Amino acid sequence: MASAFKIENISFDYEGIPALRGLSLHVEQGERIALLGANGSGKSTLLRILDALYFPSAGSVAFQGTPLIEERLQRNEFSLHFRRRVALVFQNPDVQLFNPTVFEEVAYGPLQLHWKKEELIQRVDETLASMGISHLRDRPPYRLSGGEKKRVALASVLVLDPEVLLLDEPTATLDPKSQSQVVDLMQEWKGTSKTVITATHQLEIVEDIAERVLVLEAGVVIADGTPADILSNSDLLLRANLVHAHRHSHGGVVHSHPHFHGRPHSEHEP
Amino acid sequence: MEASGTTVVSRASFIESTLRGLARGMSKALVSEHAATRPGLLQQLDPRVRVIGVLLLTVAVVVCRRFEGIVSLMMVATSIAVASRVSLASLAKRVWLVTLGFTGLIALPALFLTPGEPVFALQGLHISISAQGARTVALLVLRAETAATFTTVLVLCTPWNHILKALRSLHLPPEVVTMLAMTHRYVFLMIETANQMFESRQSRTIGTLSGSERRKMTTRTAGVLLSKSIELSHEVYLAMLSRGYRGEIHLLTDFRLRPRDYMALTAFLMTAGLAMWVGR
Repeated sequence: MASAFKIENISFDYEGIPALRGLSLHVEQGERIALLGANGSGKSTLLRILDALYFPSAGSVAFQGTPLIEERLQRNEFSLHFRRRVALVFQNPDVQLFNPTVFEEVAYGPLQLHWKKEELIQRVDETLASMGISHLRDRPPYRLSGGEKKRVALASVLVLDPEVLLLDEPTATLDPKSQSQVVDLMQEWKGTSKTVITATHQLEIVEDIAERVLVLEAGVVIADGTPADILSNSDLLLRANLVHAHRHSHGGVVHSHPHFHGRPHSEHEP
Repeated sequence: MEASGTTVVSRASFIESTLRGLARGMSKALVSEHAATRPGLLQQLDPRVRVIGVLLLTVAVVVCRRFEGIVSLMMVATSIAVASRVSLASLAKRVWLVTLGFTGLIALPALFLTPGEPVFALQGLHISISAQGARTVALLVLRAETAATFTTVLVLCTPWNHILKALRSLHLPPEVVTMLAMTHRYVFLMIETANQMFESRQSRTIGTLSGSERRKMTTRTAGVLLSKSIELSHEVYLAMLSRGYRGEIHLLTDFRLRPRDYMALTAFLMTAGLAMWVGR
């Protein structure tokens, strides 16, 4: 299988506060990966480095064998090549929606990447229809509900049909119906050549959206395995702050066990 | 008790209600982009011609030193607004009154401080208004009103992205165009955030705060809001980069100059030239 990303020993800090510390990772093309970790574990920073928005202070990142360095991204030719293939959906949809109408918002990426206009219009309309948001076509994005904004933000990236999709908390703040729609969409990518890396701390969706799970803690990968392996390791999940110790009593006997929402009850360990 | 409580609340919520008003105003301003799609004089012209034309006329307003010149330009501005289907009532409410308030306040001292022939005097206070002072203030206010009318009509009749692309094609640096693009979209979002911050503070405040406490709170809120706005603009820029932005504005509509654009450009040039000659 071809390599999508090769990350060697990268570090990154925000004005002296470390976000990633000596992280190494190899992502194959077509892999669906879930990045798990508590807030501040470095998930969003890693996604931004993979999208060449941030550059590590140490170590190296290569996309399909080409090192991602700032000077290279400033060259139009490589920038176009890279942006056509890799796309990021931000956690906060408000930062991603800056055009006057939903149609123009979805058309923004293709326009920047010099698509032909006829093809662009057709593709934008198809994407709006596939996301069930054709009725929002002429609405200003800043006037939409949270769920609608998220779907427009997703559409604005999916229209590009990128080889690599980086999703930062795609289901956060969504109502259950919208959440399941996004998860259904992500399940459709299973078995395709699309590489999908999703940052989340919603354990209940992990098995549906990934075949490989990485657990991050304080900027380092502390576990790498299948969803079944990771999700059944209660000590690991407790350590990474992905579950909490739930105290309760049965007939006057107080006991505690790791607990998180959305898993079958049999997963609880007494 | 109730009456006093009502008074305190209304004083305490002054800033909040101002922010709510601003948010409503901004919302209306953004919605006004619909005016750009109505058929009208400016809407039929190439956005570059609109921008150059309004720029020429605004320069003429600034250069004019005689009432006749500025008044005739104000008449031109109003005629363009009417021909472009901009409501004069909304123009009066949103532009003329606001400009009068702001410019009037700035120009007020000149009314009393400019030396010259006194036309009105407050006997007991030894304050007088000179003819030259009144003329200076009137010129300044009229100039600001006319320039504001031209620019507002342009903004109301042209989608913001088209203005940005026109500015780019006139070789305005991409950094400036990016700043303008982001400012326009995110001022509204920031006002909404400020409003939410005040509401959140209000929900956690028991009793009423003193004047100095309220001022401190407002200052702290302004500081937090500034940090948030810097963070937000950085995030927006990253989101733009991520989708292929490289400093150029690309639109679905191609700009094309037609015979009527050349005619309009000539008309703008002649009007501005004539006004400058009359007002020299």
